[in-house]
Amino acid sequence: MRNLQLSFNQTQKVRLEKALERLESLSSKSNPNSCVTVGDTIPVYEDGILKGHGTSDQKGELAATVCGVVERINKLIYVRALRARYKPETGDIVIGRVIEVVPKRWKLEINFTQDAILMLSSMNLPDGIQRRRTAVDELNMRSIFTENDLVCAEVRSSQGDGSLQLQARNQKYGKLERGQLLTVDPYLVKRRKQHFHHLEEYGIDLIIGCNGYIWIGEHVEARDKMVVDQGSNSEQLIAECDKNSMDLDEQDGTCTPREARQNICRIANAIRVLSRLGFNITVEVILETVNLSNSLNLDIHDMLGSEFYVLVAESEAERRSLSKRKR
Amino acid sequence: MEFVSPEGLRLDGRRPTEMRQLRAEIGNVAKADGSAVFEMGNTKVIAAVYGPREVQNKSQQMSDQALVRCEYSMANFSTGDRMRKPKGDRRSTEISLVIRQTMEACILTHLMPRSQIDIFVQVLQADGGTRSACINAATLALQDAGIPMRDIVTSCSAGYLNSTPLLDLNYVEDSAGGPDVTVGLRLLSCGTYGYTLGPMD
Repeated sequence: MRNLQLSFNQTQKVRLEKALERLESLSSKSNPNSCVTVGDTIPVYEDGILKGHGTSDQKGELAATVCGVVERINKLIYVRALRARYKPETGDIVIGRVIEVVPKRWKLEINFTQDAILMLSSMNLPDGIQRRRTAVDELNMRSIFTENDLVCAEVRSSQGDGSLQLQARNQKYGKLERGQLLTVDPYLVKRRKQHFHHLEEYGIDLIIGCNGYIWIGEHVEARDKMVVDQGSNSEQLIAECDKNSMDLDEQDGTCTPREARQNICRIANAIRVLSRLGFNITVEVILETVNLSNSLNLDIHDMLGSEFYVLVAESEAERRSLSKRKR
Repeated sequence: MEFVSPEGLRLDGRRPTEMRQLRAEIGNVAKADGSAVFEMGNTKVIAAVYGPREVQNKSQQMSDQALVRCEYSMANFSTGDRMRKPKGDRRSTEISLVIRQTMEACILTHLMPRSQIDIFVQVLQADGGTRSACINAATLALQDAGIPMRDIVTSCSAGYLNSTPLLDLNYVEDSAGGPDVTVGLRLLSCGTYGYTLGPMD
């Protein structure tokens, strides 16, 4: 819960304290002794342990190298840092911003120690045909993604030297337009089965990237059409694509409707409040927060105020205690 | 001038081996990966750490370890008279180098090859001991950023005035002309060993 710059009056402070206390008591009972800082010795109770991340051998004893919580899984002991950069795993959905266009690849910034690489061969060509990338394709790379574009992709592999390779071969991936990007701490986003969400009642696409970048945008129809047509033969595909590119041009001409923009801002503010409070970002929690704000008829900018902050903390405490009671 | 009274009290009422009041906060700079504000008495320093991130100057990239960069600057309003040149002067360059070497010795740079860690330290209020406050603030900021380190470095200054060794000098005692030293201590689990940094004059 960093950067609490909101000013609370006395009752709000008391309510917030109560809600946070409740949440703490409901949280999984992790041993308070398991918190360590840099240089602390980690007690080892058995032989043959595996030293994981965040630990190091100091004069025969196991010492922590980051501040965090000690986790023990079978024989593996590691320290989970509280706040760190994104730790990638193959198959993660990430959102990145194009920093550089170099021969045959794009370099994307994804909140990792290095920039990730998206090869030209890992990207679908605009006409959808599967073929070898020629020199002409290389020269036209900028027409697909240029600097400062937002791209959604999947982690393909991590190379030996630590650099990351992405792929965007699916129709779900690609350039993101007409929406807003939010950054939260990566530890708030847990790996789930689904990272792409289409919220029908608001007409919004929500992509929760594992690297902490969250995209909220107007729902794009063109992509869905392409998914349907993937089975058909290539000629039909090209014809569809021409039609779709014309549609996109028309879309560029028209603005996002006001209704959609308000929904985008509402969802974005809900995510901001949740990340300030340190709650995991999942679709259910986001929708609950948005419904809460709607039921209170709050203006969008009021959502970032202290009252709503306390209300969200309280409602989350309530929800967790209810779900615990059900169990 | 009398820096230590006959009763054994210094100018600000401290005993010779007494430190000033310490205060620290982390997480002040929202956009930084890690940040900390450290106060030693009236000396106040803010540190921000960015990284590990992509190296900006490809020629300096190291394939087996992270590049650590440090920049020390003093705010114009930090000293009694408004400072003309906050950074780029010789003292700032020297202190930047010293902080960089200190932190680089502690960070496990081999775990983050081809990346860069930036440490920015700025003095908001200078009242003696800015070097030590900067090292302390940088250590906290690095821990806040979750960067793996061998151990923690802490630092303090000491001097010798009126035939008495004094701990944690403030500005008046520092500029009195006696010898002073700033010590950085690594707290290894077995005990402490230290190394000195800074001019002894």
